[in-house]
Amino acid sequence: MRGGSEPYAADRTETTLFGEDAQVKHSLRVRHLIGRLWRALFLASLIIGIVALSALIYNILDQSFGLVAVETKISPRALAQNGVSLENLSTEQLVAILEKYVSKGVLRRLKAEQPLEQREREELLGLVLERVVQPKIVQSWSLTDSLLRRRSIESEAAQRYPSAHLEFRSWLNPNFLSRPQSSAPEVAGVRTAILGSLWTIIITILVAFPLGVGAAIYLEEYAPLNPLTRLIQININNLAGVPSIIYGMLGLAIFVRALEPLTSGAFIGGLVDPTTANGRTIMSAGLTLALLVLPLLIVNAQEAIRAVPGSLREAGYALGATKWQVVWHHVLPNALPGILTGTILSISRAMGETAPLVVVGASTFIVYDPNGPFSKFTTLPVQIYQWTARPQQEFRNLAAAAILVLLALLLTLNATAIMMRNRYSRRLI
Amino acid sequence: MATATSARALVRRTTAPPELRKKRRPLEVLIQTFLFACGAVSILTTIGIVYVLGTESWLFFRSPEVDLLEFLTTTSWIPAVGEFGIWPLVNATMMTTTFAMMVALPLGLASAIYLSEYASSGVRNVLKPILEILAGIPTVVYGYFALTFMTPLLRYIFGRDIVEIYNTASAGLVMGILILPLVSSMSEDALSAVPRSLREAAYALGATRLETAVQVVVPAALSGITAAFILAISRAVGETMIVAIAAGAGPAFTFNPFRAAETMTGHIVRISGGDLSYDSIDYDSLFAIGLVLFLMTLILNLISRAIMHRFREVYE
Amino acid sequence: MIRLKLETPSLTLNHPVPHDISTISEDTCALETRNLNVYYGNFRAIRDISLKLPKRRITAFIGPSGCGKSTLLRTFNRMNDLIPGVRVEGEVIFGGYNIYTPGVDAVEVRRRIGMVFQKPNPFPKSIYENIAWGARINGYRGNMDELVEQTLRQAALWEEVKDKLHQSGLSLSGGQQQRLCIARAIAIKPEIILMDEPASALDPISTLKIEELMRQLAENYTIVVVTHNMQQAARISDYTAFLMMDEDRAGYLVEFGATAQIFTNPREKATEDYITGRFG
Repeated sequence: MRGGSEPYAADRTETTLFGEDAQVKHSLRVRHLIGRLWRALFLASLIIGIVALSALIYNILDQSFGLVAVETKISPRALAQNGVSLENLSTEQLVAILEKYVSKGVLRRLKAEQPLEQREREELLGLVLERVVQPKIVQSWSLTDSLLRRRSIESEAAQRYPSAHLEFRSWLNPNFLSRPQSSAPEVAGVRTAILGSLWTIIITILVAFPLGVGAAIYLEEYAPLNPLTRLIQININNLAGVPSIIYGMLGLAIFVRALEPLTSGAFIGGLVDPTTANGRTIMSAGLTLALLVLPLLIVNAQEAIRAVPGSLREAGYALGATKWQVVWHHVLPNALPGILTGTILSISRAMGETAPLVVVGASTFIVYDPNGPFSKFTTLPVQIYQWTARPQQEFRNLAAAAILVLLALLLTLNATAIMMRNRYSRRLI
Repeated sequence: MATATSARALVRRTTAPPELRKKRRPLEVLIQTFLFACGAVSILTTIGIVYVLGTESWLFFRSPEVDLLEFLTTTSWIPAVGEFGIWPLVNATMMTTTFAMMVALPLGLASAIYLSEYASSGVRNVLKPILEILAGIPTVVYGYFALTFMTPLLRYIFGRDIVEIYNTASAGLVMGILILPLVSSMSEDALSAVPRSLREAAYALGATRLETAVQVVVPAALSGITAAFILAISRAVGETMIVAIAAGAGPAFTFNPFRAAETMTGHIVRISGGDLSYDSIDYDSLFAIGLVLFLMTLILNLISRAIMHRFREVYE
Repeated sequence: MIRLKLETPSLTLNHPVPHDISTISEDTCALETRNLNVYYGNFRAIRDISLKLPKRRITAFIGPSGCGKSTLLRTFNRMNDLIPGVRVEGEVIFGGYNIYTPGVDAVEVRRRIGMVFQKPNPFPKSIYENIAWGARINGYRGNMDELVEQTLRQAALWEEVKDKLHQSGLSLSGGQQQRLCIARAIAIKPEIILMDEPASALDPISTLKIEELMRQLAENYTIVVVTHNMQQAARISDYTAFLMMDEDRAGYLVEFGATAQIFTNPREKATEDYITGRFG
């Protein structure tokens, strides 16, 4: 306030009811002070959300990279020949190392699979690392610790693990992406899980997309205004609020058990995958997720269809088109960007789902790539869950790296959806 | 005028002229039938859920080891010795939900007020997507966050002797962060649905921004905000992975938020993730828990929807 | 019921013809604008308006739609502050001070210059609370029941609502709601009441009641009313300002004077054209 005299006081006898002017001004100052205080509190709440997000991402990065203490059975340095490090040895030299160190029985089995000499150098190197060097991570540290307390970690490691050497490890690395699941954290990868996720999502899309779009078209274009339509609409809205784990139980009882002959693949001439003895397959998982995302997909598709202007439909009808012709030639093409955006968002929801798949029976340990809809399966989120649930620190590191992979996949999907929305929404208007 | 002529035609003839007679369009009928079937799938899903939960629960309650009264009133869930009192699970669910709401409700509402009443459109366009990112992160990631970040943090603050490795507080707090964007965005929708004219009326009476926001806009949007809160509770009750990872792996009837306890959802996931034989009482018991869970969330969702419906009637 | 004031009105003429016969003194002027310009971003909505509003009189703003009448009105209690991108140049003098001086509190300004809007906008609270809320936040410490009754009586609403004070303000009819909004505004004892087409959303009978109420309130309050209805301006106002817009759509003041003079003997051709319906 501008200080000094009472600019508004003249000619006001009623003012006293609201207190003397000075009092009014004082209380106004207090009111503004309280206002600013609360404004800061409101903003702080919002910032807490953002801080939480940052903490989450920091936490995952912190666990995905860091120092590890590795003990080896035979040091790679001992295997170096004439100053050539192990990584640069030739095929013949690698074979020789394998012949020398690996036990007879294992060697025989390896040769039976494929003669050593015919294998790629990279593969031989991998075998040497796995069978001869046999690295074992005895302890791992977080990224923050690795960067800030490197000295003390070094002395600690030297003291506790005299035979181990310290190295900086990115748990997220090409091998991590290309290797199957393993019980040894050093060599475990997410390849099986990624393939499992992709297979499951494909089934989900194939089932949910046509059903969802069909239902949306029916509700928006065909359904008469009657109690049945209202029931369907209310029902869809309610299904969207059912916890995902309930869908898992539905999948377990219906797809895994009741429809086992179908979902296990038995109906197409015996079992496709001999390791599968029941309905806990990619098929069951995909169908369960399809039911789970269906309400979301329908609601999104309905909105997209509703956004198509009615004048377009009338123009079509006025030319003597049938209902389906109008829908197929005019409504759907215009609603398609919206429908696809909604579909991608639904897919990214399905991609991150864990609980229903655990209930439907994702495998706890599976090293073979899924080879079709009737394989046993695990998915990326399920893999993360299982690694997180293990007590050893190394598996937490693996879980963090797997989370990075999952988040990258989801980010790509969502970015695609957003780009599509921005691109087409401009064109429609 | 088309109707006029056809009306006259109807007076003279009882059937339409051949060229205008209704054609048979088998394709159209087929397509419409298919589309209706698509819509009906959602009904079938609901029927499936109710049927599955109902029949398996029926088997559960019919078995000699269980009776409904015991199920609903006792506080010990030990399937191995035939004790099936759901209260430890329900209690843990309520504990995590309470903690989640303690985080999500105040922070969500305050964020919504800031975004709707204070933030300029530029600030809003930056901050809102960040909250939306929070909502898009899979829950298993939050579970990981709870176990590897929130729990160590709580143990650091309150002491390792007091806070167990698995505890409902950590799971609940992180769940609150997960639900915050839902509360915030639904509340913000409700606040921005309040007409501008009400804000202007308040300002014209010499109200400050805070007085306008808290004493006029929030009360006017109260039913919408309530609907958001109830829906958030429903989400928290049904949330699974965070509690499965961080809350504990064994039913325990405790009110101590730093002790381990297993929620309804956590129990279902843990038991069904193991080697479960069908038609055992363990298997059936999961569906009984599922039925309780389904009914709780359904009722909450219906209430939320009813309140929301009333709110929309006022302002749209 | 046209009430014509017989005393010679004071005038402040402005663009395009400078025609200054201003005689409103400090004592009789409730609010004065000096070279007021209002911009929405780059668009100028108000151009260079200077006028003096006489105390305890009704001043009407008339003019074609879009000429900035409402925008001008909203500069008087800084309601335009709430719209992003609005910029005000020039001065609005109230009680000897420019309310746009940096440091002046818009909240304090609005508490002294009340406003009634085009569409009735009672709070979704009880009738009683609608009146009491503004007084309460402004630190009123008298007997609230008395204030509510007295205010509702002033607004000629008391007899209609005295038995249902605790029902929602939204349960009233449109005309009653608007009178409730007027009551709400006078409950905090402002010095000026701004009314932005207060009767445009109402039926003729409700409109008549509002107009009668405005005449009564003019005994104690300075009222500025924007109206698109020339008959209404002629019926209720003591002074009339006629605004128009330029080729660049900026609103400017054509003529300001006693209502009787504006409607019977306008000085400007544009005013005459507008009043006789030859406008546009």
